[in-house]
Amino acid sequence: MYRYIVSRVLLVIPTLVGAAALVFVLMRLIPGDICVVRLGSGGGSVDPRAVAVCHAELGLDHPLIIQFLDFVWGFFRLDFGISMWSGKPVAEEIAARLPISLEIAVMATVVAILIAIPLGTISALKQNSWIDHVVRTTAIAGIATPSFWLGIVSILVVLDVSHALFGAPWMPPIDYVPFWQDPLRNLSMAVLPALTVGYRYAAVTMRMTRSAMLEVLREDYIRTARAKGLIERLIINRHALKNALLPVVTLIGIEFAFLIGGLVVTEQVFNLNGIGRLLVLAVQNQDYTLTQALVMLTVAIFVFANLAVDLLYAWLDPRIRLG
Amino acid sequence: MVDLAPFYVPAAVVDHAAVEPRSRRSDIIAFCRRQPLGTIGLLMVLVMAVAGLCAEWIAPYSPTSNDFAAMTEAPSWAHLMGTDQFGRDLFSRIVFGARTALIVGFSCAIIGGIAGLVLGVASAYFGGRLDLFLQRVFDVVMAFPLIIMALAVIAIFGSGIYNVIVAITIPLIPRCARVVRSSALAIRELPYIDAARACGFGHARIILFHMVPNVMATFLIMLTAFVGQAILSEASLSYLGLGVQEPIAAWGLMLQGGAEEYASTAPWIAIFPGLAIALTVFGFSLFGDALRDALDPKLRDR
Repeated sequence: MYRYIVSRVLLVIPTLVGAAALVFVLMRLIPGDICVVRLGSGGGSVDPRAVAVCHAELGLDHPLIIQFLDFVWGFFRLDFGISMWSGKPVAEEIAARLPISLEIAVMATVVAILIAIPLGTISALKQNSWIDHVVRTTAIAGIATPSFWLGIVSILVVLDVSHALFGAPWMPPIDYVPFWQDPLRNLSMAVLPALTVGYRYAAVTMRMTRSAMLEVLREDYIRTARAKGLIERLIINRHALKNALLPVVTLIGIEFAFLIGGLVVTEQVFNLNGIGRLLVLAVQNQDYTLTQALVMLTVAIFVFANLAVDLLYAWLDPRIRLG
Repeated sequence: MVDLAPFYVPAAVVDHAAVEPRSRRSDIIAFCRRQPLGTIGLLMVLVMAVAGLCAEWIAPYSPTSNDFAAMTEAPSWAHLMGTDQFGRDLFSRIVFGARTALIVGFSCAIIGGIAGLVLGVASAYFGGRLDLFLQRVFDVVMAFPLIIMALAVIAIFGSGIYNVIVAITIPLIPRCARVVRSSALAIRELPYIDAARACGFGHARIILFHMVPNVMATFLIMLTAFVGQAILSEASLSYLGLGVQEPIAAWGLMLQGGAEEYASTAPWIAIFPGLAIALTVFGFSLFGDALRDALDPKLRDR
């Protein structure tokens, strides 16, 4: 067991370093120079001496390998340096925008769990009934519908409905207010994005719950439980669901990690200033430090979510660490 | 992901010779009868494919010609789905958009799928250091956000349909390779592979003629899922302005700009392209699910 844990934890390192190398190389392959852009934003030609000074300031005059080692060493110390574009610490830039994205992601996850697990279970229990067909079709539709289009349409509906009800169109607020300051305003901003993202999320989770439940329901121990006369509710809750939820939890973990990286489109639709927006801006500005930090943040969430899931699996299912 | 390979029972390890050869037609009829939802999906895909292939003959107008006398016009007999803010016929743009979606969807799925198939089977067959190395590379690519990959590819090579295909294909490769590898790992241990080796066959022959056909079922199921996902990714990228560029007709692109601006006065600009995306991907997903049930006996009756 310890051998497995140690080797699995060590595997995180090459992935993180590989991702660091990839973002480092990709950013530097993009043509352009942040110093030229920064100095020349007023138009006209740029003094090469000023560019050199700017390079020295940002550490861009060092050899690439030194720059890379600096970046990786900084990452392991959780020190991301300062944003090349704004001059503010990267951690500050991210901290200002993370709450809104995190709130949407967490709310979407809650929506997904609340919808997917009960419906997926019912669908499995009533396999091939009309309920099952409705649930499955809704789930496939959720996977097929682009969340940004759902966002546009939901805004459209809110506009029309509010216009019809109050006489004036109402739009959800776009600036972030912490929940404890103004809960109503905070929720009215986050609820639509969370629902549009949550639908797809719920759809994926629902399918996984259904197929995991179907598999578990065929196991011998379920038959045994039925044979000894246990009431159905206990069989489902205590015996079946408990075991079926393992792959579902895995999926929720991995999808959550994907979600953080995939909020770009949703934030664009709802005009929200979260980390997805920041990421696009950072790449467009050629802000190496900020892009690197944001990419490493999403990669780290993904890698550690995977690690947690694998360790959880190994703990729960001894066959895996032997295999 | 957890490596479940040792417990995975290969679904497609079927003795092909033992199965009575049936005619293609009766196969198709049996599929339609057993999978009504899958047949509906297949029909939706076919409609989209015909629209994309015969766009010139189906579309009543040119997808790029502006008619400033008919801007943001509601759906009518002259313009079935109305017109956009430049007076372009939405129906014609959606028909031509099907072609873009078709090109992007199929090329990404096929290129990414084949690359994943080769890497996955090779990784399982050779094992050892190559396997270890490839797995780490896949880890990195899978953890990497798609949007950054796309932003970088477009910033480096410029925008355009081919670069969009590159950006979408790269993340598909490791996902295909992972799944193929775990099926191939189980197949590698089967006696007929040992037999092939004992006959002195080369690696290429064993991989291509003995291992690849047996992971085909898994592979085909994934391929249909990939087409849908690639179409969705293309739409998202085009919507963000990172994908296909004007004046090419693409569904995601049609939702950018005008769709939000004219949402309350001309909602058809926003509604129809989104419906086209959703229905197409829906069709591919239905068909893919049915294909899985039909090809994978382990999952049958589920």
